[in-house]
Amino acid sequence: MKPIRILAIALVACAAAVLTAQTPPPTPPPGQQPDVIELKIGDRSGSPPRLAVPEFAALTADPETVKAAKTIGQVLFDDIAYEKEFYMVPRDVMATMPKHTSADSVQIDSWKSVADGMIVGTVRKSGDSVVVEARLIQLPSGKLAFGKQYTGSLKSVADGGRTYAHTLSDELHKQQFAIRGIARTKLAFSSNRTGDKSTTGYIKNRDAANIYFSDYDGANETRVTVYPTLDLSPVWSPDGRAIAYTSYRNNYPDIFISFIYEGRLERPAKGTSETKNYLPAWSQDGSRIAYTSALPDGNVEIFVMNRDGSANRRLTNHPMADATPTWSPTGTQLSFVSDRTGSPQIYIINADGTDMKRISTESYCDRPTWSPPPFNEIAYTCRGGGGYQIMVYDFISGSSRPISDGIGSNESPAFAPSGRHIAFVSDRTGRQQIYTMHRDGSGLKQITKTGTNKYPNWSQ
Amino acid sequence: MHFRRTTALWILIVLAVTVGACGKKTPPVARPIPPPPADPASSANRPPTPPEPIAENRSVPPEPIAEDPLKVSDIDKINQNSPFQPVFFALDMADIDSTGQAALNANAGVLKKYPEWIITIEGHADERGTAEYNLALGERRAVAARAYLISLGIPADRLKTVSYGKEFPFDPSHTEAAWSKNRRAHFVVTSK
Repeated sequence: MKPIRILAIALVACAAAVLTAQTPPPTPPPGQQPDVIELKIGDRSGSPPRLAVPEFAALTADPETVKAAKTIGQVLFDDIAYEKEFYMVPRDVMATMPKHTSADSVQIDSWKSVADGMIVGTVRKSGDSVVVEARLIQLPSGKLAFGKQYTGSLKSVADGGRTYAHTLSDELHKQQFAIRGIARTKLAFSSNRTGDKSTTGYIKNRDAANIYFSDYDGANETRVTVYPTLDLSPVWSPDGRAIAYTSYRNNYPDIFISFIYEGRLERPAKGTSETKNYLPAWSQDGSRIAYTSALPDGNVEIFVMNRDGSANRRLTNHPMADATPTWSPTGTQLSFVSDRTGSPQIYIINADGTDMKRISTESYCDRPTWSPPPFNEIAYTCRGGGGYQIMVYDFISGSSRPISDGIGSNESPAFAPSGRHIAFVSDRTGRQQIYTMHRDGSGLKQITKTGTNKYPNWSQ
Repeated sequence: MHFRRTTALWILIVLAVTVGACGKKTPPVARPIPPPPADPASSANRPPTPPEPIAENRSVPPEPIAEDPLKVSDIDKINQNSPFQPVFFALDMADIDSTGQAALNANAGVLKKYPEWIITIEGHADERGTAEYNLALGERRAVAARAYLISLGIPADRLKTVSYGKEFPFDPSHTEAAWSKNRRAHFVVTSK
């Protein structure tokens, strides 16, 4: 008898044994939470689950708590709305509902007709600390799907406690959808908002530009570089502790790394007036930096070095210019711009310099940014419609689609670590500002408003 | 088809081992029991774990200030009344046309007259290109001007290049006239 028939009989016997051997799952001891709460909001059958996020309740009457209760609820609503995984019960509908004054005073019967789930949040002061609690309640059952408590100093609510909302939004999306949220991420960019004049070079009256970063939604803008020069193209290290950027402070462009929480500076590529370095790109594991170098013989090429400047290696070799690299998520490939065909186009290449391929077909393309998993795409800008538009190249189809709306000139795209959002520069208000949008081009949000802001980069 | 005795024995052995293995399988993982419903009246319904510390925003101390570059005021005076002519370029191009060659011929004359001068050739682009590629295009423009000067006999070590892309326009207006002024190689004396 053939072995495969023995195997088939064995498998059938095994299945039969399992079906008859099934026993009811053991009951956890009373009063103890099981390790994994699997309760999902909504039936996930097609339409997104409806979520209500009313204002948090202030359990103590002090001004910090009252402000935090209002802010955290509003920011959490905006964070969750921007991830676009839930249908948000509109604010004007929520305004007609009874407000909870504590975690236990929720009127389930009122809410269950408009939502599949709701977040019940409270804030209270406790000595010199603040305690923020949030529960995700499934409707109409009233069962607890998710509960979190956080504590922090009064300083943590100085801006109204936005960090609590961002943390809750990320945790919620991890638990409900197993996806990476962006609420705690940051945007770095270059801005001339101070109006300072650059002391770089010998021509007067040129605007200085410095490196700034903000929360992903534009709040808490923080200045990083202070020298009156041209600081451009910031890129976050994957651990979020450093920003590499191009600076002209020595009268020629070179790459600097600012360790932003330590007030410390490094200059790994050690450029000179003969060998100039710019447009750094940090590999996803934080170990290497790819960059553009203008060599003494006039060539403009892509190089890769370890983040401390060691093991410097040339990647491209063509008399025309190769610039603005970006890494693939695995660090095995890079994408960059080359004008070797006469106009700038997007190419990909292996990290060892082999197997170069062109992927763009438009007339003029720039600044590729490689999406993180699970998407397999490269966004870039290309000339069209009287200005520039953001395109997304899809490796699976081998073609590009436009995602910006054709309003103004849209350039310098940067993927978010979720792959579901993109930051970019647009001049649609008359001045270049940083914007974010969903990867399908919807959800346009203006991030900067002061001065001219360019070169966005999204933290991990 | 006849079952040979040994075949039937093998089937029985496989079945016994398989069923035995199935029976010895570890018990199914307990399905999680949904927690008791949130009873508004009950106050014993709090999450049992203590609050997690929130990741607070860290303060960002100012970057260390680099030393000022050495300011040499007579070089400033030279550059304010510059003896050098800029070279202009067509959109997206780094080729030097005949007007550009004439300007470079004149510039070479100045450089030969002041042999101790070192100059920097700044490459610039107009705002209609994109920021990142323009940093490379500006370099190509400066390098093109430099190469021509070297071909006229100027030593390479007197000629530095730097690109400012479209970051430092000479005329910030949004007109064709402004744009053509911004697409240039610009000459500055940087030491003497």
